[in-house]
Amino acid sequence: MKNENLYNYILGIADNSLILGQRMGELCGHGPSLETDIACTNISLDLFGQVRSYFQYASKIAGDGRTEDDIAMLRKEREYKNVLLAEQPNTDFAYTIGRQFLFDVYHLAFLRELQKSTDLTLSAIANKCIKEVSYHERFSSDWVKRLGDGTEESHQKMQNAIDDLWTYTDELFHQTEADKAMVAEGIGVDVTKLKEAYYKNVSELLEEATLKVPDLKYFQKGGKEGVHTEHMGYLLTDLQYMQRAYPNMEW
Amino acid sequence: MSEEQIRSLERQFDEKIARDEKIEPKDWMPEKYRQTHIRQMSQHAHSEIVGMLPEGNWITRAPSLRRKVALLAKVQDEAGHGLYLYSATETLGISREEMYEQLHTGKAKYSSIFNYPTLTWADMGAIGWLVDGAAIINQVPLCNTSYGPYARAMIRVCKEESFHQRQGFEIMLKLANGTPEQKEMAQDALNRWWWPSLMMLGPTDDKSVHTEQSMKWKLKRKTNDELRQQFIDQTVPQADILGLTIPDPDLKWNEERQSYDFGEINWDEFWQVVKGHGPMNKERMKARVGAWERGEWVRDAAMAHAEKKQARKEKQAV
Repeated sequence: MKNENLYNYILGIADNSLILGQRMGELCGHGPSLETDIACTNISLDLFGQVRSYFQYASKIAGDGRTEDDIAMLRKEREYKNVLLAEQPNTDFAYTIGRQFLFDVYHLAFLRELQKSTDLTLSAIANKCIKEVSYHERFSSDWVKRLGDGTEESHQKMQNAIDDLWTYTDELFHQTEADKAMVAEGIGVDVTKLKEAYYKNVSELLEEATLKVPDLKYFQKGGKEGVHTEHMGYLLTDLQYMQRAYPNMEW
Repeated sequence: MSEEQIRSLERQFDEKIARDEKIEPKDWMPEKYRQTHIRQMSQHAHSEIVGMLPEGNWITRAPSLRRKVALLAKVQDEAGHGLYLYSATETLGISREEMYEQLHTGKAKYSSIFNYPTLTWADMGAIGWLVDGAAIINQVPLCNTSYGPYARAMIRVCKEESFHQRQGFEIMLKLANGTPEQKEMAQDALNRWWWPSLMMLGPTDDKSVHTEQSMKWKLKRKTNDELRQQFIDQTVPQADILGLTIPDPDLKWNEERQSYDFGEINWDEFWQVVKGHGPMNKERMKARVGAWERGEWVRDAAMAHAEKKQARKEKQAV
């Protein structure tokens, strides 16, 4: 493939939305209230809309007849490049919100930079996504505050979720080879530069929510290189089920 | 109020409905009218919410991104319908919590169709095409019903439902024109959803307890049997376009009636499901009650947080 770095770079971005969208989609009809149910479904819907834009572009770059669905649903486990954070399960609503919040703050900062990409398609997609993601970030931040500074029980649950998920935050700022190549060409976002502001913003909000900022020295990474957590296989089983069970058909 | 006065109010009320004027929340209404509307509207809202479950079951497994997005949007629409139908019902003096309570304890019903399982992807097509199709036939007349908030909610609901119905038909069309395996999947879904869809239009007229009063209040414009006939007459040609066979050996065009004759509906099955013994009644309720109970600490937190925020604001103001 001529543009292999660009292709891999797009997959790296899109897989985060794909896997997180899949997680949010699991909640549809099972949320703690009708309003949150609608909001979570809406976030899932936005993320899958973004995925389609990215994969349609990736499919064009691949130029080998693979469709957006082939790219989304027919790769092997090790070929998915999402961060580990995105695939973490909906253990309870605090984990769902914690995962969303820790990702949204990054996602919003990332898209702001991607808007400046010299690749016009990517910058246009970023432009389109940023409105949606601003809303996601507002929604998840508000809920972190509600749960953190709500009841004793919700405070504890929110703190547990943040403590458990914190270990996956550092990976957001890890650069792959494709990342580095794309940054050098002015197409990609240098995520290392987003790190400081990220931890500052996240910490401020956690403090406002009366939560402790975890003091952690060891982090998990690997998703960007296709080394995932044990949750991933099951998530893909659902995601890929129809395409695997009924190959080469149109739907 | 004297009996004389009540009779006079009732007369004015009946005349208003006869003139096709809307009854609004603050208007006087007979208690029976209020109760009937609470029953029907909350049942309708519950159906939207429980109806999210069988389709939600396929969101993570939708076969393509396009279908996944469309399904998410559809289920989200249903949640939205539930939301404004609950709000419309609240105008009659019942809270959403009370309505949930009635659903969770089995006091309030919801559409029995959602007590059937969604086993294959084709069920997403069949539900859109048949279930939403039957729902529209039930609901279009409600856009002109006498209770204002209900009529207005239904105008929006019907617009979206008809979009869902076309979307469902399009899923079926794709399957019917696909591989033999896909066509078989579509036929199987039609086989399983056809009869329950006919049952959705309610018991036969001689068994329907609410018809007469509901007609008077414009909660109903046609009887169950008339609506069922309309649904069948409109759906059979669509099945022909799909090249699928309606699972009814007695289905036959009646030249004289200019309608289809059809076979006997299994009313024992209908009553079994209505009484709570369908294939998925227990699971659906477990899912709803489970979501509600698991969500209690979240709702409590939101309430506590709002109170703290308000208290801080008041403190600042002093």
